[in-house]
Amino acid sequence: MQNKLQVDKAVRTVLLISASLSIVIVVSIFIFIFRSSLPAFKEFGVQGLLGELTWRPANGSFGILAMIVGSVMVTLMALVIGVPLAIATAIFLAEIAPRGVQAVVRPAVQLLAGIPSVVYGLFGMVVLVPLIRRIPVAGNSGYGLLSAAIVLAVMILPTITSISEDAIRAVPRAYTEASLALGATHLQTIFQVLLPAGKSGIVAALILGIGRALGETMAMIMVIGNSVILPAPLNDNPLTVFLSQARTLTGNIAVEINYASGLHASALFATGVVLFMLIMIVNVSAHAFLNRSNALAN
Amino acid sequence: MRKSIVVVFLLAGLLLSACGAAGETGTLSITGSTTVQPLAEKLAESFMSSNPDVQIDVQGGGSSVGVKAAGEGTSDIGMASREVKAEELAQFKNMQVHVIARDGIAIVVNPENSVNDLSLDQIRDIFSGKIVNWSEVGGADAAITVVAREEGSGTRDAFMEMVMGKDALILDNAILQSSNGAVRTVVSTTPNAIAFLSFGYLDESTKALSIGGAAPTEENASSGVYPVVRPLNLLTDGAPEGLVKAFLDFVLSADGQAMVREEGYIPVK
Amino acid sequence: MTEQELTPMKPADLRASSASANLRKRQTTQKLSFGLLWLASLIVVLVLVVVVGYVFITGFKSLSWDFLTTAPKGGLSGEGGISTTIITTIYLVALILVIAAPLGIGAAIFMIEYQEQTKAGGKFVQALLQAANFGVETLAGIPSIIFGLFGYALFVSTLQFGFSLLSAALAGACLVLPTIIRTTQEALLTVPVSLREGSLALGATRWQTISKVVLPAAIPGIITGIILSVGRIISETAVFYVTLGGSYRLPNSLLSGGRTLSLHLFYLAMDTNAFEKAMGTGAVLIVSIIIINLVIDLISRKLSAGVRQQQ
Repeated sequence: MQNKLQVDKAVRTVLLISASLSIVIVVSIFIFIFRSSLPAFKEFGVQGLLGELTWRPANGSFGILAMIVGSVMVTLMALVIGVPLAIATAIFLAEIAPRGVQAVVRPAVQLLAGIPSVVYGLFGMVVLVPLIRRIPVAGNSGYGLLSAAIVLAVMILPTITSISEDAIRAVPRAYTEASLALGATHLQTIFQVLLPAGKSGIVAALILGIGRALGETMAMIMVIGNSVILPAPLNDNPLTVFLSQARTLTGNIAVEINYASGLHASALFATGVVLFMLIMIVNVSAHAFLNRSNALAN
Repeated sequence: MRKSIVVVFLLAGLLLSACGAAGETGTLSITGSTTVQPLAEKLAESFMSSNPDVQIDVQGGGSSVGVKAAGEGTSDIGMASREVKAEELAQFKNMQVHVIARDGIAIVVNPENSVNDLSLDQIRDIFSGKIVNWSEVGGADAAITVVAREEGSGTRDAFMEMVMGKDALILDNAILQSSNGAVRTVVSTTPNAIAFLSFGYLDESTKALSIGGAAPTEENASSGVYPVVRPLNLLTDGAPEGLVKAFLDFVLSADGQAMVREEGYIPVK
Repeated sequence: MTEQELTPMKPADLRASSASANLRKRQTTQKLSFGLLWLASLIVVLVLVVVVGYVFITGFKSLSWDFLTTAPKGGLSGEGGISTTIITTIYLVALILVIAAPLGIGAAIFMIEYQEQTKAGGKFVQALLQAANFGVETLAGIPSIIFGLFGYALFVSTLQFGFSLLSAALAGACLVLPTIIRTTQEALLTVPVSLREGSLALGATRWQTISKVVLPAAIPGIITGIILSVGRIISETAVFYVTLGGSYRLPNSLLSGGRTLSLHLFYLAMDTNAFEKAMGTGAVLIVSIIIINLVIDLISRKLSAGVRQQQ
């Protein structure tokens, strides 16, 4: 018996160590990336890195503002394209799709989530980019924000759809019944009862989608053109800004890390720190909303 | 179910360890420039076929990675498609540089483009954004799409040094790609694109332009008529010994240099 | 929910009244809106069909038994098949799971099974459990390029493992750890508390209860998590792009580099003109993901059937 209890204690210690591993990894990721970025922060200061537009490592300029703007713009565009589709599909799956149709749409959404990002990138390169190049605007190369945003919209769609569907399904059935009993149509029930009640979960889905979009790397470097510029309209029509090339934070790291040394490498780690911070903000707020939504469901 | 998973793990482990034991003595790792990589792969392939007990791993990463890998000893041999910088030589004092080939940098356009020749000045103006339309240099009326390598690339460094000079910068909205192959892919699929590309990557998917009348051929590059040529280097930490030396000797032998020519580069011997 | 339940009754004599006009208007709006929802879902399915269809049709020409069983030739031609990249992918999957599965499952067991002990236990353990939960949440959201950057800084450079299977596997293990922990947690939560109480009441220790009673019941769920991780590893590129090196040859030790299927697809697409082979590789990837999804589906169906039987 004594022996068994000792085993029990030993096992508990081993398990405790594995449980603490996740937080150890998070902390060491932060430490290593932050430590490697220190030389760049010391040399240029936060202002010199985050506030400057020019990124020319060969000439000593390491501003990553253009990449921050690039990441944010392509993410917002992807949301504009992807969110209506994603939420509509979530409502469809949760509320109106017959069983047989659900059996087609749900695996389709799952498969969309599973397709490797390089496949989306390749598809974007050989199908989407040539298509968008046909828009007759001088300086439009096809590579740029629009191509990237469309690819990204498809990639974040499954995340948003499945979490929103869960959120809608988590709304207590009594809400629906009460609404219908009061004479509301199914549509009115969906938009005036279910969606407001599932709001926290849907917002969490959107935020997680934003996180996914900010973090996407390979597909982005394949279609966005990777130019280090503040996206700007190509001519007098302000809409042509969407045809502008850009570079994302993730792309900056992936495109240059293999070639960088010294301060250049350090500045790329600083790019990583900025990305890490952005993602932390996004995730913490998503989880705040998710917890609220779970509390409601219980 | 549980058992079969354990078996799979065991098998995988066995496989890995078995492989590790077999090739241990005759393994060579080469890391660095993506420009040198395809050439090194071919050379390694041929070296291995005459020395079946040797395994050579060739990895990309870029010139800076090549210098670092050789200097820090994480790889037996580093590859660089540019001169090793003074600060790098200061950091790795024992580093030896072996020039194994020379490589021209071609100016390429999409095959549909009607332009065949540009002067060095025109090239500089195009890449710095002073010339923005093909009609300004005798082509069709279409906006020029500049494609370039990213900062830190050996090909870009060489191009900047030999064509752009001290003051001119590559324009900001150039499309940037992280390898020669990616640059070629973009140029071959984008009608009005222009880019610089290693000779080794030339094929029918892009059209290489003459510079000031000098066609981008091996003869012109080795005679000096073609103006944009840089060395391709293999780097070792200290004097090469054993397998490393055997491989370098092979690369600089008549057979090795014949392969260099075959791959589109310029032999050094 | 069926249509009948939802449509309020419509007595014939009310038809002409304004109330029913209102109803009809609302029903028309509903039909239109539902039409839009159908359309949105149709678009989603169409996007999938177009992407997958395009990859299969263009990749079909290069797909053959030879393509799967010959090694890539290297160089710029993109010649050769994908055999070494398939094997490297399998190596990497096995390595990552060997590292991450025990750790992840162990962590999940602690976080679920030792909860009440923890509440009784000291402040340290409580704080640790909270930190662990936060850690899992955070890890799950970190973009893969950050794991790559971390692997590059720690394993490739600082620890001098170089671009190698080992560096890639360690970085990859961090990537899939949250997936394994979360699915294991869920699996453990579905095991009825009565089973544990029964075992403990019979005098078994906690670990005996966990290893002999709880884990066997949770195995299908845990396997689902592991298969999910396999899918994640197969489709991952960014992490391995900066840690695995990209040599197309078969790795011969933990310290040699390599190239997974996804990485090979990226190199083919970016460095060669072999689009058809890139698409062929993409088709192989998509088929493996479909198989993985089917297996997960099968397991979860069996699971829910089992639950129903118990009830």
